[in-house]
Amino acid sequence: MNRPACLRLGLAFGVALASAHLSAAPPAPKAIILATTTSTQDSGLLDEIIPLFERQTGYLVKTIAVGSGQALAMGRRGEADVLLVHSPEAEKALVADGAGIHRRIVMHNDFVLAGPPADPAGVAKHTAVEAFQRIAASRSLFLSRGDHSGTHAQELRLWKAAGISPDGQTWYQQTGQGMGQTLAIAAEKRAYTLSDRGTYLALRKQLDLPVLHEGDPSLRNTYHIIEVNPARFPQVNGAGARAFADFLVSKAVQARIKEFGIATFGSPLFFPDADAPGADAGRR
Amino acid sequence: MDLIWEGLRKALALLLTLDPEVLRITGLSLLISGAATLISLAIGLSAAVAVALNEFPGKRLAIALLNTGMGLPPVVVGLFVTILLWRSGPLGSLGILYTPSAMVLAQAVIASPIIAGISLSALQHLPPGLRLQILALGASRPQMVWLLLKEARLPLLAAVMAGFGGVISEVGASIMVGGNIKGQTRVLTTATVMETGRGNFDVAIALSLILLVLAFSVNAVLTHLQQRGQRR
Repeated sequence: MNRPACLRLGLAFGVALASAHLSAAPPAPKAIILATTTSTQDSGLLDEIIPLFERQTGYLVKTIAVGSGQALAMGRRGEADVLLVHSPEAEKALVADGAGIHRRIVMHNDFVLAGPPADPAGVAKHTAVEAFQRIAASRSLFLSRGDHSGTHAQELRLWKAAGISPDGQTWYQQTGQGMGQTLAIAAEKRAYTLSDRGTYLALRKQLDLPVLHEGDPSLRNTYHIIEVNPARFPQVNGAGARAFADFLVSKAVQARIKEFGIATFGSPLFFPDADAPGADAGRR
Repeated sequence: MDLIWEGLRKALALLLTLDPEVLRITGLSLLISGAATLISLAIGLSAAVAVALNEFPGKRLAIALLNTGMGLPPVVVGLFVTILLWRSGPLGSLGILYTPSAMVLAQAVIASPIIAGISLSALQHLPPGLRLQILALGASRPQMVWLLLKEARLPLLAAVMAGFGGVISEVGASIMVGGNIKGQTRVLTTATVMETGRGNFDVAIALSLILLVLAFSVNAVLTHLQQRGQRR
Protein backbone atom coordinates (compact mmCIF):
# COMPACT_ATOMS: atom_id res chain seq x y z
CA MET A 1 0.00 0.00 0.00
CA ASN A 2 1.38 3.29 -1.10
CA ARG A 3 -1.02 5.69 0.54
CA PRO A 4 -0.61 4.78 4.19
CA ALA A 5 3.16 5.06 3.72
CA CYS A 6 2.58 8.47 2.23
CA LEU A 7 0.44 9.52 5.18
CA ARG A 8 2.92 8.20 7.71
CA LEU A 9 5.69 10.06 5.93
CA GLY A 10 3.61 13.21 6.11
CA LEU A 11 3.04 12.80 9.82
CA ALA A 12 6.69 12.02 10.44
CA PHE A 13 7.55 15.16 8.50
CA GLY A 14 5.21 17.20 10.62
CA VAL A 15 6.66 15.93 13.85
CA ALA A 16 10.20 16.42 12.54
CA LEU A 17 9.34 19.96 11.54
CA ALA A 18 7.92 20.71 14.96
CA SER A 19 10.90 19.23 16.77
CA ALA A 20 13.27 21.07 14.46
CA HIS A 21 11.60 24.22 15.71
CA LEU A 22 12.03 23.08 19.27
CA SER A 23 15.73 22.48 18.80
CA ALA A 24 16.08 25.68 16.77
CA ALA A 25 14.79 27.67 19.76
CA PRO A 26 17.72 29.62 21.15
CA PRO A 27 19.21 28.41 24.42
CA ALA A 28 17.50 30.21 27.27
CA PRO A 29 20.40 32.13 28.83
CA LYS A 30 21.15 34.00 25.60
CA ALA A 31 17.60 35.21 25.07
CA ILE A 32 16.13 38.30 26.73
CA ILE A 33 12.45 39.10 26.91
CA LEU A 34 11.92 42.85 26.57
CA ALA A 35 8.41 43.92 27.49
CA THR A 36 7.74 47.37 26.14
CA THR A 37 5.08 49.73 24.91
CA THR A 38 3.54 49.80 21.47
CA SER A 39 4.89 53.33 20.94
CA THR A 40 8.53 52.22 20.91
CA GLN A 41 7.75 49.49 18.40
CA ASP A 42 5.23 51.33 16.24
CA SER A 43 7.61 54.28 15.83
CA GLY A 44 10.26 51.91 14.46
CA LEU A 45 12.85 52.88 17.09
CA LEU A 46 13.38 49.34 18.37
CA ASP A 47 13.85 47.96 14.87
CA GLU A 48 16.79 50.30 14.55
CA ILE A 49 18.40 49.73 17.95
CA ILE A 50 17.86 46.06 18.75
CA PRO A 51 19.76 44.55 15.79
CA LEU A 52 22.77 46.64 16.92
CA PHE A 53 22.56 45.19 20.41
CA GLU A 54 22.17 41.65 19.11
CA ARG A 55 25.22 42.03 16.89
CA GLN A 56 27.32 43.51 19.68
CA THR A 57 26.44 41.08 22.44
CA GLY A 58 25.10 37.91 20.85
CA TYR A 59 21.95 38.12 22.93
CA LEU A 60 18.67 37.50 21.20
CA VAL A 61 15.99 40.03 22.15
CA LYS A 62 12.37 38.94 22.19
CA THR A 63 10.43 42.18 22.04
CA ILE A 64 6.90 41.92 23.32
CA ALA A 65 5.15 45.19 22.47
CA VAL A 66 2.12 45.68 24.70
CA GLY A 67 0.74 48.52 26.77
CA SER A 68 2.85 49.71 29.70
CA GLY A 69 0.27 48.20 32.05
CA GLN A 70 0.73 44.72 30.63
CA ALA A 71 4.51 45.15 30.34
CA LEU A 72 4.70 46.05 34.04
CA ALA A 73 2.42 43.13 34.92
CA MET A 74 4.80 40.80 33.07
CA GLY A 75 7.66 42.27 35.08
CA ARG A 76 5.76 41.81 38.33
CA ARG A 77 5.39 38.09 37.56
CA GLY A 78 8.96 37.63 36.37
CA GLU A 79 7.72 36.82 32.85
CA ALA A 80 9.99 39.42 31.27
CA ASP A 81 13.65 40.27 31.89
CA VAL A 82 13.70 43.97 31.19
CA LEU A 83 11.01 46.64 30.75
CA LEU A 84 11.06 49.81 28.64
CA VAL A 85 7.94 51.68 29.75
CA HIS A 86 6.39 55.10 30.30
CA SER A 87 4.08 54.93 33.28
CA PRO A 88 6.11 56.58 36.06
CA GLU A 89 3.81 55.97 39.03
CA ALA A 90 3.27 52.29 38.24
CA GLU A 91 7.02 51.96 37.62
CA LYS A 92 7.86 53.37 41.04
CA ALA A 93 5.38 50.96 42.60
CA LEU A 94 7.07 48.04 40.83
CA VAL A 95 10.49 49.09 42.10
CA ALA A 96 9.18 49.74 45.62
CA ASP A 97 7.67 46.28 45.56
CA GLY A 98 11.11 44.80 44.80
CA ALA A 99 10.12 43.13 41.51
CA GLY A 100 11.96 45.77 39.50
CA ILE A 101 15.46 47.10 40.11
CA HIS A 102 17.79 49.71 38.71
CA ARG A 103 15.18 52.00 37.13
CA ARG A 104 16.99 54.40 34.81
CA ILE A 105 15.74 57.20 32.59
CA VAL A 106 16.26 56.61 28.87
CA MET A 107 14.47 59.29 26.90
CA HIS A 108 11.37 61.41 26.69
CA ASN A 109 9.04 62.97 24.25
CA ASP A 110 5.67 64.44 25.03
CA PHE A 111 1.98 63.78 24.72
CA VAL A 112 -0.14 65.81 22.35
CA LEU A 113 -3.88 66.38 22.33
CA ALA A 114 -5.15 65.72 18.83
CA GLY A 115 -8.68 66.34 17.66
CA PRO A 116 -11.04 67.40 14.90
CA PRO A 117 -9.74 70.30 12.77
CA ALA A 118 -12.70 72.52 13.77
CA ASP A 119 -11.77 72.16 17.48
CA PRO A 120 -15.38 72.32 18.77
CA ALA A 121 -14.26 72.40 22.40
CA GLY A 122 -11.75 75.18 21.78
CA VAL A 123 -8.79 73.55 23.52
CA ALA A 124 -6.04 75.30 21.60
CA LYS A 125 -5.07 78.20 23.84
CA HIS A 126 -5.38 76.68 27.28
CA THR A 127 -3.41 74.55 29.68
CA ALA A 128 -3.76 70.79 29.39
CA VAL A 129 -6.06 70.60 32.41
CA GLU A 130 -8.27 73.39 31.09
CA ALA A 131 -8.36 71.69 27.70
CA PHE A 132 -9.71 68.54 29.32
CA GLN A 133 -12.28 70.59 31.27
CA ARG A 134 -13.44 72.25 28.04
CA ILE A 135 -13.83 68.87 26.31
CA ALA A 136 -16.01 67.68 29.19
CA ALA A 137 -18.01 70.92 29.33
CA SER A 138 -18.75 70.87 25.61
CA ARG A 139 -19.41 67.12 25.72
CA SER A 140 -17.13 66.64 22.72
CA LEU A 141 -16.32 63.03 21.86
CA PHE A 142 -13.10 61.87 23.53
CA LEU A 143 -11.47 58.53 22.77
CA SER A 144 -9.53 56.87 25.56
CA ARG A 145 -7.11 53.99 25.08
CA GLY A 146 -8.69 52.32 28.10
CA ASP A 147 -5.93 49.68 28.16
CA HIS A 148 -3.84 50.65 31.22
CA SER A 149 -1.08 51.83 28.91
CA GLY A 150 1.23 54.67 29.87
CA THR A 151 -0.80 57.00 27.69
CA HIS A 152 -4.00 55.89 29.38
CA ALA A 153 -2.42 56.50 32.80
CA GLN A 154 -1.39 60.00 31.71
CA GLU A 155 -4.91 60.70 30.45
CA LEU A 156 -6.43 59.56 33.75
CA ARG A 157 -4.02 61.85 35.64
CA LEU A 158 -5.24 64.78 33.56
CA TRP A 159 -8.92 63.97 34.16
CA LYS A 160 -8.20 63.74 37.86
CA ALA A 161 -6.40 67.08 37.83
CA ALA A 162 -9.36 68.53 35.94
CA GLY A 163 -11.70 67.24 38.62
CA ILE A 164 -13.76 65.20 36.17
CA SER A 165 -14.66 61.52 36.25
CA PRO A 166 -15.39 60.75 32.61
CA ASP A 167 -16.31 57.07 33.10
CA GLY A 168 -19.79 56.26 31.85
CA GLN A 169 -20.28 59.60 30.09
CA THR A 170 -21.68 59.28 26.58
CA TRP A 171 -18.98 61.54 25.14
CA TYR A 172 -16.20 59.38 26.62
CA GLN A 173 -15.42 56.14 24.78
CA GLN A 174 -12.71 53.54 25.28
CA THR A 175 -11.14 51.78 22.31
CA GLY A 176 -9.13 49.24 24.28
CA GLN A 177 -6.60 49.30 21.45
CA GLY A 178 -3.10 50.53 20.72
CA MET A 179 -2.22 54.15 19.98
CA GLY A 180 -2.14 53.73 16.20
CA GLN A 181 -5.61 52.18 16.06
CA THR A 182 -6.99 54.71 18.53
CA LEU A 183 -5.70 57.64 16.45
CA ALA A 184 -7.25 56.14 13.32
CA ILE A 185 -10.60 55.73 15.09
CA ALA A 186 -10.41 59.26 16.48
CA ALA A 187 -9.83 60.62 12.98
CA GLU A 188 -12.83 58.67 11.64
CA LYS A 189 -15.14 59.68 14.49
CA ARG A 190 -13.86 63.26 14.72
CA ALA A 191 -12.93 62.79 18.35
CA TYR A 192 -10.26 64.16 20.65
CA THR A 193 -7.58 61.81 21.88
CA LEU A 194 -4.31 61.95 23.78
CA SER A 195 -1.31 60.47 21.97
CA ASP A 196 2.41 60.19 22.45
CA ARG A 197 4.16 62.38 19.91
CA GLY A 198 6.18 59.52 18.40
CA THR A 199 3.18 57.48 17.28
CA TYR A 200 1.35 60.65 16.22
CA LEU A 201 4.20 61.78 13.96
CA ALA A 202 4.56 58.31 12.50
CA LEU A 203 0.86 58.30 11.55
CA ARG A 204 0.34 61.97 10.78
CA LYS A 205 0.28 61.63 7.01
CA GLN A 206 -2.77 59.31 7.10
CA LEU A 207 -4.76 61.29 9.63
CA ASP A 208 -7.01 64.29 9.33
CA LEU A 209 -6.44 64.93 13.01
CA PRO A 210 -4.31 67.96 13.85
CA VAL A 211 -2.53 68.51 17.14
CA LEU A 212 -4.67 71.08 18.94
CA HIS A 213 -2.80 71.31 22.18
CA GLU A 214 0.85 70.72 23.01
CA GLY A 215 3.78 71.96 25.00
CA ASP A 216 2.25 71.96 28.47
CA PRO A 217 4.89 70.76 30.97
CA SER A 218 2.38 68.27 32.40
CA LEU A 219 2.36 66.48 29.04
CA ARG A 220 5.91 65.23 29.33
CA ASN A 221 6.25 61.54 28.47
CA THR A 222 9.26 59.84 30.02
CA TYR A 223 10.56 56.36 29.24
CA HIS A 224 12.49 54.37 31.81
CA ILE A 225 14.29 51.07 31.60
CA ILE A 226 13.75 48.70 34.53
CA GLU A 227 15.46 45.38 35.10
CA VAL A 228 13.37 42.63 36.60
CA ASN A 229 14.88 41.46 39.87
CA PRO A 230 16.72 38.15 39.30
CA ALA A 231 17.03 37.67 43.06
CA ARG A 232 13.25 37.37 43.26
CA PHE A 233 12.71 35.43 40.03
CA PRO A 234 15.51 32.91 39.45
CA GLN A 235 14.39 32.31 35.83
CA VAL A 236 15.02 35.94 34.93
CA ASN A 237 18.06 36.61 32.77
CA GLY A 238 19.59 39.29 35.00
CA ALA A 239 22.88 39.58 33.13
CA GLY A 240 21.11 39.98 29.80
CA ALA A 241 18.73 42.55 31.23
CA ARG A 242 21.62 44.57 32.67
CA ALA A 243 23.49 44.37 29.35
CA PHE A 244 20.46 45.68 27.47
CA ALA A 245 19.76 48.45 29.96
CA ASP A 246 23.41 49.54 29.92
CA PHE A 247 23.28 49.49 26.12
CA LEU A 248 20.21 51.74 25.97
CA VAL A 249 21.76 54.42 28.18
CA SER A 250 25.16 54.21 26.48
CA LYS A 251 26.44 57.32 24.68
CA ALA A 252 26.31 55.67 21.25
CA VAL A 253 22.70 54.57 21.53
CA GLN A 254 21.60 57.84 23.11
CA ALA A 255 23.08 59.56 20.06
CA ARG A 256 21.09 57.21 17.79
CA ILE A 257 17.88 58.02 19.68
CA LYS A 258 18.55 61.72 19.19
CA GLU A 259 18.86 61.27 15.42
CA PHE A 260 16.03 58.79 15.03
CA GLY A 261 13.08 59.95 12.95
CA ILE A 262 14.62 63.17 11.63
CA ALA A 263 15.12 61.72 8.16
CA THR A 264 11.63 60.18 7.97
CA PHE A 265 9.42 62.55 9.93
CA GLY A 266 11.33 65.82 9.82
CA SER A 267 11.74 65.98 13.58
CA PRO A 268 13.11 63.64 16.22
CA LEU A 269 10.59 61.34 17.88
CA PHE A 270 12.46 60.92 21.17
CA PHE A 271 14.91 63.01 23.17
CA PRO A 272 17.69 61.13 24.96
CA ASP A 273 17.84 61.72 28.71
CA ALA A 274 20.38 59.31 30.13
CA ASP A 275 23.21 61.85 30.31
CA ALA A 276 21.30 64.63 32.03
CA PRO A 277 18.13 63.30 33.62
CA GLY A 278 15.48 65.98 33.84
CA ALA A 279 17.87 68.71 32.71
CA ASP A 280 15.76 69.73 29.75
CA ALA A 281 12.37 69.45 31.35
CA GLY A 282 11.17 72.73 29.88
CA ARG A 283 12.21 71.91 26.35
CA ARG A 284 10.21 69.78 24.03
CA MET B 1 -9.87 53.07 -3.31
CA ASP B 2 -6.51 54.73 -3.89
CA LEU B 3 -5.24 52.94 -0.84
CA ILE B 4 -6.20 49.53 -2.22
CA TRP B 5 -4.43 50.22 -5.52
CA GLU B 6 -1.45 51.48 -3.58
CA GLY B 7 -1.55 48.24 -1.56
CA LEU B 8 -1.73 46.15 -4.72
CA ARG B 9 1.24 47.99 -6.18
CA LYS B 10 3.16 47.56 -2.91
CA ALA B 11 2.31 43.85 -2.78
CA LEU B 12 3.58 43.34 -6.31
CA ALA B 13 6.70 45.33 -5.56
CA LEU B 14 7.40 43.35 -2.38
CA LEU B 15 6.86 40.07 -4.21
CA LEU B 16 8.75 40.93 -7.38
CA THR B 17 11.77 42.27 -5.52
CA LEU B 18 11.68 39.15 -3.31
CA ASP B 19 11.85 41.33 -0.21
CA PRO B 20 13.74 39.11 2.25
CA GLU B 21 11.64 40.17 5.26
CA VAL B 22 8.37 39.43 3.46
CA LEU B 23 9.70 36.10 2.19
CA ARG B 24 10.73 35.13 5.69
CA ILE B 25 7.35 36.10 7.15
CA THR B 26 5.52 34.21 4.41
CA GLY B 27 7.71 31.13 4.78
CA LEU B 28 7.28 31.14 8.54
CA SER B 29 3.49 31.42 8.23
CA LEU B 30 3.44 28.42 5.92
CA LEU B 31 5.84 26.41 8.10
CA ILE B 32 4.04 27.06 11.39
CA SER B 33 0.52 26.57 10.09
CA GLY B 34 1.60 23.58 7.98
CA ALA B 35 3.21 21.87 10.97
CA ALA B 36 0.20 22.67 13.15
CA THR B 37 -2.16 21.24 10.52
CA LEU B 38 -0.16 18.01 10.22
CA ILE B 39 -0.09 17.56 13.99
CA SER B 40 -3.81 18.35 14.13
CA LEU B 41 -4.45 15.82 11.38
CA ALA B 42 -2.83 13.10 13.49
CA ILE B 43 -4.71 14.12 16.63
CA GLY B 44 -8.01 14.98 14.96
CA LEU B 45 -8.19 11.88 12.81
CA SER B 46 -7.34 9.61 15.76
CA ALA B 47 -10.02 11.26 17.86
CA ALA B 48 -12.58 11.04 15.06
CA VAL B 49 -11.84 7.35 14.45
CA ALA B 50 -11.94 6.57 18.16
CA VAL B 51 -15.31 8.28 18.61
CA ALA B 52 -16.87 7.10 15.33
CA LEU B 53 -15.96 3.42 15.59
CA ASN B 54 -16.57 2.81 19.27
CA GLU B 55 -19.68 2.76 21.38
CA PHE B 56 -19.19 4.12 24.86
CA PRO B 57 -21.21 5.93 27.46
CA GLY B 58 -21.09 9.65 26.94
CA LYS B 59 -20.47 9.37 23.21
CA ARG B 60 -23.01 12.08 22.47
CA LEU B 61 -21.34 14.33 24.97
CA ALA B 62 -17.96 13.64 23.34
CA ILE B 63 -19.38 14.55 19.93
CA ALA B 64 -20.97 17.71 21.32
CA LEU B 65 -17.64 18.67 22.89
CA LEU B 66 -15.76 18.08 19.63
CA ASN B 67 -18.28 20.17 17.72
CA THR B 68 -18.01 22.94 20.28
CA GLY B 69 -14.24 22.75 19.97
CA MET B 70 -14.55 23.57 16.29
CA GLY B 71 -15.52 27.06 17.34
CA LEU B 72 -12.79 27.47 19.95
CA PRO B 73 -11.91 31.17 19.97
CA PRO B 74 -8.22 31.64 19.11
CA VAL B 75 -7.75 34.36 21.73
CA VAL B 76 -8.99 32.00 24.43
CA VAL B 77 -6.55 29.34 23.23
CA GLY B 78 -3.81 31.98 23.11
CA LEU B 79 -4.50 33.11 26.65
CA PHE B 80 -4.46 29.61 28.12
CA VAL B 81 -1.42 28.46 26.16
CA THR B 82 0.40 31.63 27.28
CA ILE B 83 -0.43 30.98 30.93
CA LEU B 84 0.65 27.33 30.59
CA LEU B 85 3.95 28.32 28.97
CA TRP B 86 4.81 31.20 31.28
CA ARG B 87 8.02 30.80 33.23
CA SER B 88 5.89 30.46 36.32
CA GLY B 89 3.39 28.20 34.53
CA PRO B 90 3.23 24.39 34.56
CA LEU B 91 5.07 24.07 31.23
CA GLY B 92 7.40 26.99 31.87
CA SER B 93 10.48 24.79 32.03
CA LEU B 94 10.13 24.09 28.30
CA GLY B 95 11.03 27.73 27.68
CA ILE B 96 9.14 27.85 24.39
CA LEU B 97 6.92 30.90 24.95
CA TYR B 98 7.52 33.49 22.19
CA THR B 99 9.00 30.86 19.85
CA PRO B 100 7.54 29.26 16.72
CA SER B 101 7.06 26.04 18.72
CA ALA B 102 4.56 27.79 20.97
CA MET B 103 2.69 29.03 17.90
CA VAL B 104 2.59 25.51 16.44
CA LEU B 105 1.23 24.28 19.77
CA ALA B 106 -1.49 26.93 19.99
CA GLN B 107 -2.50 26.50 16.36
CA ALA B 108 -2.63 22.72 16.78
CA VAL B 109 -5.02 23.21 19.70
CA ILE B 110 -7.21 25.35 17.43
CA ALA B 111 -7.09 23.08 14.36
CA SER B 112 -7.38 19.67 16.05
CA PRO B 113 -11.07 19.96 16.98
CA ILE B 114 -11.87 21.39 13.53
CA ILE B 115 -10.28 18.40 11.81
CA ALA B 116 -11.73 15.99 14.37
CA GLY B 117 -15.24 17.40 14.04
CA ILE B 118 -15.39 17.34 10.24
CA SER B 119 -13.67 13.92 10.07
CA LEU B 120 -16.12 12.54 12.60
CA SER B 121 -19.17 13.58 10.62
CA ALA B 122 -17.49 12.26 7.46
CA LEU B 123 -16.96 8.86 9.08
CA GLN B 124 -20.45 8.80 10.55
CA HIS B 125 -21.86 9.63 7.16
CA LEU B 126 -20.47 6.45 5.58
CA PRO B 127 -23.09 3.75 4.89
CA PRO B 128 -23.61 1.88 8.19
CA GLY B 129 -23.20 -1.55 6.60
CA LEU B 130 -19.80 -0.74 5.10
CA ARG B 131 -17.88 -1.49 8.27
CA LEU B 132 -19.48 -4.92 8.75
CA GLN B 133 -18.94 -5.72 5.10
CA ILE B 134 -15.23 -4.92 5.29
CA LEU B 135 -14.81 -6.93 8.45
CA ALA B 136 -16.78 -9.82 6.93
CA LEU B 137 -14.30 -9.87 4.06
CA GLY B 138 -11.62 -10.69 6.59
CA ALA B 139 -9.95 -7.33 7.00
CA SER B 140 -8.01 -6.65 10.19
CA ARG B 141 -9.09 -3.67 12.27
CA PRO B 142 -6.31 -1.35 11.01
CA GLN B 143 -7.15 -2.35 7.45
CA MET B 144 -10.80 -1.63 8.11
CA VAL B 145 -9.97 1.84 9.50
CA TRP B 146 -7.77 2.54 6.51
CA LEU B 147 -10.47 1.55 4.04
CA LEU B 148 -13.04 3.68 5.83
CA LEU B 149 -10.70 6.69 5.77
CA LYS B 150 -10.07 6.10 2.11
CA GLU B 151 -13.77 5.96 1.47
CA ALA B 152 -14.22 9.29 3.27
CA ARG B 153 -11.16 10.98 1.72
CA LEU B 154 -13.16 13.79 0.11
CA PRO B 155 -14.60 15.25 3.30
CA LEU B 156 -11.34 14.38 5.09
CA LEU B 157 -9.38 16.61 2.76
CA ALA B 158 -12.03 19.24 3.31
CA ALA B 159 -11.30 18.85 7.04
CA VAL B 160 -7.59 19.44 6.40
CA MET B 161 -8.39 22.55 4.37
CA ALA B 162 -10.69 23.88 7.07
CA GLY B 163 -8.04 23.23 9.72
CA PHE B 164 -5.30 24.90 7.72
CA GLY B 165 -7.56 27.79 6.79
CA GLY B 166 -8.43 28.25 10.43
CA VAL B 167 -4.85 28.56 11.62
CA ILE B 168 -3.16 30.38 8.73
CA SER B 169 -5.72 33.16 9.09
CA GLU B 170 -5.82 33.40 12.89
CA VAL B 171 -4.09 36.21 14.68
CA GLY B 172 -5.25 36.24 18.30
CA ALA B 173 -3.35 33.20 19.55
CA SER B 174 -0.32 33.75 17.33
CA ILE B 175 0.30 37.26 18.59
CA MET B 176 -0.13 36.22 22.23
CA VAL B 177 2.08 33.13 22.29
CA GLY B 178 4.46 34.25 19.53
CA GLY B 179 4.81 37.91 20.45
CA ASN B 180 5.19 39.07 16.81
CA ILE B 181 8.97 39.17 17.21
CA LYS B 182 10.77 40.36 14.11
CA GLY B 183 12.65 37.58 12.36
CA GLN B 184 11.46 34.97 14.86
CA THR B 185 7.72 34.76 15.29
CA ARG B 186 6.36 37.40 12.94
CA VAL B 187 3.86 35.83 10.57
CA LEU B 188 1.58 37.34 7.93
CA THR B 189 -1.39 37.94 10.22
CA THR B 190 0.56 39.43 13.14
CA ALA B 191 2.62 41.59 10.78
CA THR B 192 -0.62 42.86 9.22
CA VAL B 193 -1.94 43.90 12.63
CA MET B 194 1.32 45.65 13.44
CA GLU B 195 1.62 47.48 10.12
CA THR B 196 -1.98 48.65 10.47
CA GLY B 197 -1.11 49.98 13.93
CA ARG B 198 1.87 51.75 12.44
CA GLY B 199 -0.32 53.35 9.82
CA ASN B 200 1.50 51.57 6.98
CA PHE B 201 -1.77 50.62 5.36
CA ASP B 202 -0.15 49.88 1.99
CA VAL B 203 2.19 47.31 3.55
CA ALA B 204 -0.72 45.89 5.57
CA ILE B 205 -2.79 45.48 2.40
CA ALA B 206 0.20 43.93 0.63
CA LEU B 207 0.65 41.39 3.43
CA SER B 208 -3.08 40.60 3.38
CA LEU B 209 -2.96 39.95 -0.35
CA ILE B 210 0.04 37.67 0.08
CA LEU B 211 -1.87 35.82 2.81
CA LEU B 212 -4.85 35.37 0.49
CA VAL B 213 -2.63 34.11 -2.33
CA LEU B 214 -0.89 31.72 0.06
CA ALA B 215 -4.17 30.34 1.41
CA PHE B 216 -5.47 29.99 -2.12
CA SER B 217 -2.35 28.16 -3.33
CA VAL B 218 -2.41 25.66 -0.49
CA ASN B 219 -6.11 25.02 -0.97
CA ALA B 220 -5.66 24.71 -4.74
CA VAL B 221 -3.09 21.95 -4.19
CA LEU B 222 -5.33 20.17 -1.68
CA THR B 223 -8.38 20.55 -3.92
CA HIS B 224 -6.38 19.12 -6.80
CA LEU B 225 -5.52 16.09 -4.66
CA GLN B 226 -9.14 15.79 -3.58
CA GLN B 227 -10.66 16.01 -7.02
CA ARG B 228 -8.08 13.70 -8.59
CA GLY B 229 -9.18 11.07 -6.12
CA GLN B 230 -12.75 11.82 -7.12
CA ARG B 231 -12.31 11.22 -10.85
CA ARG B 232 -10.50 7.92 -10.46
